[in-house]
Amino acid sequence: MTAPLSKKISRSVVLGGLAAACAMLAIACGSELYEVPIETPIKAKLDVSAFQRVLVAGFVAGGSDELDTNQETVRLLRSQLRSKSSLRVIDADPMTLIDVAQEQNKVATETDAPAAGRASDGEPSDRNASQPTALPQKIKDEKDLESYDRLFANTTYWKRIGEEYQNPLIVTGSVLFAPRTSAGFVTRETEVYDGLGRRSVVPTRTYMERKGFILRPKFVFIDGRTGATIYSETRREEVLYNSAQSTPALSSYFELMDRIVPDFLGALSSQKIKGTRVLLK
Amino acid sequence: MKCGLSALLVAGAVFVASPTFADVRQDAKSQVEFGVNVALRGLWREAIYRWEKAVDLDPTYAAAFNDLAIAYEHEGQLDKARRAYEKALALEPNNSQIRQNYELFKEINDRAAQQKDKS
Repeated sequence: MTAPLSKKISRSVVLGGLAAACAMLAIACGSELYEVPIETPIKAKLDVSAFQRVLVAGFVAGGSDELDTNQETVRLLRSQLRSKSSLRVIDADPMTLIDVAQEQNKVATETDAPAAGRASDGEPSDRNASQPTALPQKIKDEKDLESYDRLFANTTYWKRIGEEYQNPLIVTGSVLFAPRTSAGFVTRETEVYDGLGRRSVVPTRTYMERKGFILRPKFVFIDGRTGATIYSETRREEVLYNSAQSTPALSSYFELMDRIVPDFLGALSSQKIKGTRVLLK
Repeated sequence: MKCGLSALLVAGAVFVASPTFADVRQDAKSQVEFGVNVALRGLWREAIYRWEKAVDLDPTYAAAFNDLAIAYEHEGQLDKARRAYEKALALEPNNSQIRQNYELFKEINDRAAQQKDKS
């Protein structure tokens, strides 16, 4: 009777000792790790020291009719630049660049027409290659948007805009914000409870119809003194929701812009990226 | 050739087991500890000085390279940070903390590299 009891006691002492050792080890290991917050500085992509002011002129925008993408983009970028850059933001009405591009295209077509006529009279000419093609009145997709790109290469036009606003840095470009639908199998994590009520998460593949939006902005930075493009950057983001969910276009627009704005700001001002790391001893 | 390699390994093992190595590691460890203490107070330059000293004393000290990499990262010296992380991982490839720090660093470093490429 006493023998099994003492055996039991000695076993529990050993187990207790082991647990204590494990706990001490865990504490000891824990003391060797130090989580520290760090801020990594990232240099600005552009040297904008020559400019004191920035003009967010406007954007060639299209895609969804549910919001004025040009207006919203100008408003958002201006407010971000005001709070997160050292440049003074010029307040001006957003330019309707689609109309400007259409006008420029019309003029170019008219001036090219007589020359094309002469070429068809017998003179060999390669003008057809550079002849402006008609710009789509309504922008529905990325291809429609690309045809407007030559507006940003028109240095004469941008130099004139620069002179009008006393040579600022000009921010312009194009933005496509369009609805998108997708159907197919997606992997989702599903909660499962076993007979004892224990919860586990298992991946399951289900067929889903989803809808959402794509946002594809192209930011063009123009030197207002010369009208020349100094930098451009294109991004593409999309968000999809369950088709039963109804998400307003404006909230999707801001959700997507939130992902893009840090990179946009990174072009003009150095940024600090916050994070944590683990120091070891 | 084989004999030479074996002799080198034996010499390495003897050095690691020797009291001299223990002293060196102890010195390096106190530099690392000091560095951690000052880094926690935000004195990252002083920490860099201490950790550079630690890796000079003991170039096999993975934790010192890890800490040095973090400090370089904090100071925006991304190339130096990458080299220090790679050295730390080469010394301790299975150290999950170092690997996690490195993965987080790579995200930022890749972004910075992309920015350089675009400009």
